[in-house]
Amino acid sequence: MLEIRSLSKSFGGVKATDNVTLDFTDGSLTAVIGPNGAGKSTFFNLITGALTPDAGQILLNGLDLAGRTPPEIVRHGIGRAFQVASIFPSLTVQETMLAAVCADQRKASVLHRRFPLAETRDRAENAMELLGLASKRNRTAATLSHGDQKLLDIALALVLDPKVLLLDEPTAGMGTEERWRMIEKVRDLWETQKITVVFIEHDMDIVFKIAPEIVVLCYGRILATGKPDAIRRNEAVIEAYLGTEHHAGITV
Amino acid sequence: MTELQAEQGAQALEVPREAKTRRNRDALIALAVFVVLALLPTVFSSKLLLDFVIRCAAYGLFATSLNLLVGYTGLISFGHGMFFGLGAYGFGLMMQKTGVPVPAAFVATLAITLVVALVIGAICVRLKEIYFAFVTLAFQMLIHSTILSWVSLTGGDQGLRGGIPRPPFLGIDLSNQLHLYVASCALLVIGLFLMHQIAQSPFGYTLRMIRDNATRASFIGIDVWRAKLTIFVLAALFASTGGIIMALFVSGAYPEFAYWTISGEGIFINMLGGVTTFLGPMVGTVLLLILNDTVTRLTDYHGLVLGIVILFFAIGLRKGLMDFVVEWYAQRRNGAGERG
Repeated sequence: MLEIRSLSKSFGGVKATDNVTLDFTDGSLTAVIGPNGAGKSTFFNLITGALTPDAGQILLNGLDLAGRTPPEIVRHGIGRAFQVASIFPSLTVQETMLAAVCADQRKASVLHRRFPLAETRDRAENAMELLGLASKRNRTAATLSHGDQKLLDIALALVLDPKVLLLDEPTAGMGTEERWRMIEKVRDLWETQKITVVFIEHDMDIVFKIAPEIVVLCYGRILATGKPDAIRRNEAVIEAYLGTEHHAGITV
Repeated sequence: MTELQAEQGAQALEVPREAKTRRNRDALIALAVFVVLALLPTVFSSKLLLDFVIRCAAYGLFATSLNLLVGYTGLISFGHGMFFGLGAYGFGLMMQKTGVPVPAAFVATLAITLVVALVIGAICVRLKEIYFAFVTLAFQMLIHSTILSWVSLTGGDQGLRGGIPRPPFLGIDLSNQLHLYVASCALLVIGLFLMHQIAQSPFGYTLRMIRDNATRASFIGIDVWRAKLTIFVLAALFASTGGIIMALFVSGAYPEFAYWTISGEGIFINMLGGVTTFLGPMVGTVLLLILNDTVTRLTDYHGLVLGIVILFFAIGLRKGLMDFVVEWYAQRRNGAGERG
């Protein structure tokens, strides 16, 4: 279980994350929404160690990870994918997966053996199959389509067998059809892998259709949390985030 | 096409198909190259050729080790020459002042290099790009200035005078040109084999990930600082070995060995030979030394000629010679495959 306790982070006078307390139960699928500048990405950056919180705790199964480095946090089981696909352009899909498993098995510093290591094969193979990248295994990451690069980014996080997977806008920069394909893939992964998934998303249709739990952030604070129906009816969310124009559409 | 695919004939990466086999094959190739080089004096008796190969060994180890930083890790060091100088001075001083056997001085010099590289690396690898480049350059100039000003130890701008004693050991007499030649070839082949092993190991792929995207590498659990420091120190050890060969060759050590121009030549060699293939810097070394030897004989303006050559590679080909050859070969093969 991932528990966030009174997490805060300021940049100068701006409170990007303001006393946030949240629980993500094991195996849950949660969407984090909020207008631009709401602090969604900062929230992810704090959990994954890209930023150090000013105050608060990040408890994964009771262990406080606040202030630890990204490698330490990854090793404890929190993986993430990025808004802009963060990959290794010169490596092939397969090399990327094999090297990531190497890192997870603490063999990234091995000097006396040749890459790839036989014991990394099965996990790399599984991740490629899961994300539908097996047929592109020998393509270098730089030559993949935008959608496949996003999938590779997710595969990179997933191949590490995380307990919690954070996806920062998995559908960013995609066309409508591709967005739905991607989000179905995310949902499939969540169902088959039985891991906790938290994703940031701007497309409200996707959020309300896919996410069983929703967290709404605004100005770094939690505006609301709950099931889609409750969020739809929440006046504060409608006024502060969605605006009155969307009111009719959402409540239909 | 990545290097691994190139090695495996562009077929799908077969993971269990033994890595061990590839290493054994490389060891056999290294042994064959050593035998060919060692037998060279029986065919060509030219002393100039032996001298040329010894210099190639010294600069080749230095330039290939620089490529572990530049090409494989994306760390552009402008100060890698300090370890070449450290190797030459460390070994020369050890032999002059202590009179220990050659192998002991060799090991002790590498130990000193390791400690110095650890300290300098710990400071430098935290820095990014241009800051890393210039702080390594600053350390190089610090070491060069120390050599110049510590006259009682280093001989200042005159260098280590009086020759380096090279007492025979295990039947090897390094004051004999032929013995020195064979020993240099052995060090070159062993050094290249070890560096190739590093480049093709899981650690080598960790370096490639750091070069491509260090932030992402840290988010899959890689300690980027530690990996950078490790390769910085390893590369320093090979550069230092190059310096030791040079000190043995000239029987001395001179401030020029630790001057920034050595680092500049290292970068130049890498540009000339190419950084995307393992053997690029070795090819670049041979090219540069041939150019140096021929151009300086023909004109006083050798710097101008070398400048034009580098412009040809940098602006004309936009890559090193080996990069160009490998790309051309891959295109040709793909073309043949499509027609077939």
